[in-house]
Amino acid sequence: MVVDGIADETGETVDRLFHALADATRRDILRRCVRGELSVSRLAAAYPMSFAAVQKHVTVLERAGLVTKERRGREQLVRTDPDAVGRARQALDELESAWRARVDRMSGLLAEDTDATGESGATAPDENTTKGPDR
Amino acid sequence: MTVTSVDKDVEHLTLTLVADFTAPVERVWQLWADPRRLERWWGPPSYPATFEEHDLTPGGGATYYMTGPEGEKFGGWWRVSSVTPPTALEFTDGFSGQDGRPNPEMPTTSVRMTLTGHDGGTRMELRSVFDTREQMEQLAEMGMVEGMSQAVGQMDALLAG
Repeated sequence: MVVDGIADETGETVDRLFHALADATRRDILRRCVRGELSVSRLAAAYPMSFAAVQKHVTVLERAGLVTKERRGREQLVRTDPDAVGRARQALDELESAWRARVDRMSGLLAEDTDATGESGATAPDENTTKGPDR
Repeated sequence: MTVTSVDKDVEHLTLTLVADFTAPVERVWQLWADPRRLERWWGPPSYPATFEEHDLTPGGGATYYMTGPEGEKFGGWWRVSSVTPPTALEFTDGFSGQDGRPNPEMPTTSVRMTLTGHDGGTRMELRSVFDTREQMEQLAEMGMVEGMSQAVGQMDALLAG
């Protein structure tokens, strides 16, 4: 089955992505690193938690594919992976078009009721409903 | 414009959409509350939805399937967390497996919908949070995005005619 197959292939990746985004500190780290790469020690200074704790957050983000980590000298530099953010954005775009289409169909149905002089019989059509959905 | 605003929060994977209808609140509510009305808009024309169970009470829910052009069926379910007829509904929407039972492997979407009287019509505010981007990719795989584009096209044609 198509649907099940997709779940098996990507379920784990998606779980990681969602887990990574579920934490406020990690979302904040993402935000900071979008503007440019930052070292883990610089990040650690920004939060009331230990270096190790921040490093742990970065590791979660890295496993989810949201950031990349690169060692330069003694520093570990963190950078937000724009592709992962782009994928989330694309998913929202698709969710938007799904709901826009649903809203269009809802409008169409409501206009249809009016045209058919109240198929649902729920409420008498008033003058506001006679012009149909706007485009 | 029926859809008056859309906000997409990438970090929280949340879509907030506001739509204004000219019909009164009760009629818009019926689009959700009457399963025969609901199945006329939930799925796109090429993947129409059939609701088998539909119980909009807290703890209740719905089961439905969408039928594709080749007769293939994709099952789904709702679990209602709160309902205030005729103005608010909160539910989780998920996929079912071949046995018709909720498939725990599949991602779910949480939907919060409210209706308020606005300018003689109805304002619908909808917040949809998907746990993962996967669900929409799956819907795209099922050809639904294409189906939705067709639906919008049909609507435009109707309005132009």
